[in-house]
Amino acid sequence: MAKKPRVKVPKSAKKGEQIQIKTLISHKMETGTRKNKKTGKLIPRMIINTFSCSFNGKELLKATLHPSVAANPYFAFYAKATESGTFDFVWTDDAGKTVSASSKMTVA
Amino acid sequence: MSTTMNKSTVIGRRQVLKGAGLGALAVVGTGLTTSEAAATPEKAAKAISKFTGGKKATAGKVTVKLPEIAENGRTVPVTVSVDSPMTDADHVKSVILVAEGNPSPEVVSFTMAPGLGKAEVSTRMRLGKTQNVVAAAVMSDGSVYSGTKQVKVTIGGCGG
Repeated sequence: MAKKPRVKVPKSAKKGEQIQIKTLISHKMETGTRKNKKTGKLIPRMIINTFSCSFNGKELLKATLHPSVAANPYFAFYAKATESGTFDFVWTDDAGKTVSASSKMTVA
Repeated sequence: MSTTMNKSTVIGRRQVLKGAGLGALAVVGTGLTTSEAAATPEKAAKAISKFTGGKKATAGKVTVKLPEIAENGRTVPVTVSVDSPMTDADHVKSVILVAEGNPSPEVVSFTMAPGLGKAEVSTRMRLGKTQNVVAAAVMSDGSVYSGTKQVKVTIGGCGG
């Protein structure tokens, strides 16, 4: 969870425009079903369990992740440009660690 | 030693065939036990009904986009879209994505706000084997819709 997440949000948009947001974070997303080949013991689960995106403090999208989400979780979704503001992104993993990112957008 | 060896070779073909048959049975048996540990369509349906609060889903409005054949189950792009105007009065409240053949059925669930403008999310998922992937959406008026897509998987991506 140390690496910086990558977030792609357009810097500016027209009012009413449908914009696309893409996010990517590095995380191994250990499922908890894999075994250590040498010891035969299960490798404990360690995944990002929540991701959320909010705009000017209002939540737009919240995702609850399960082990079936592939490593390095990627999300692409849409938002409607209504006013200028900031998108805030937060990822939380099983250890309670959080990583956040934010991105500004100007609406003309 | 050599006589017993001879004897067994004389008994030969039929015995060997029988043995092979038993072996095949044993393989089928283990197949069953592993699938018991994994999710089944029933378990997936249960996960959906838990998510929707027991409400039955009507087929339609929800589209699951997946490749026909996923060569590598470790990372498969998936897009869920719901046909909705996404206005304050009529929008998608939440969406769940479920895999019928993975070790646990739930993949990811979303809570959506009308501010999204479009109820479409793409992500990447793991697929253990060839299976159906189901998405269900709860709308703002409480109705539930679902969509299914079958995907063939060449190499599973759930470890084990």
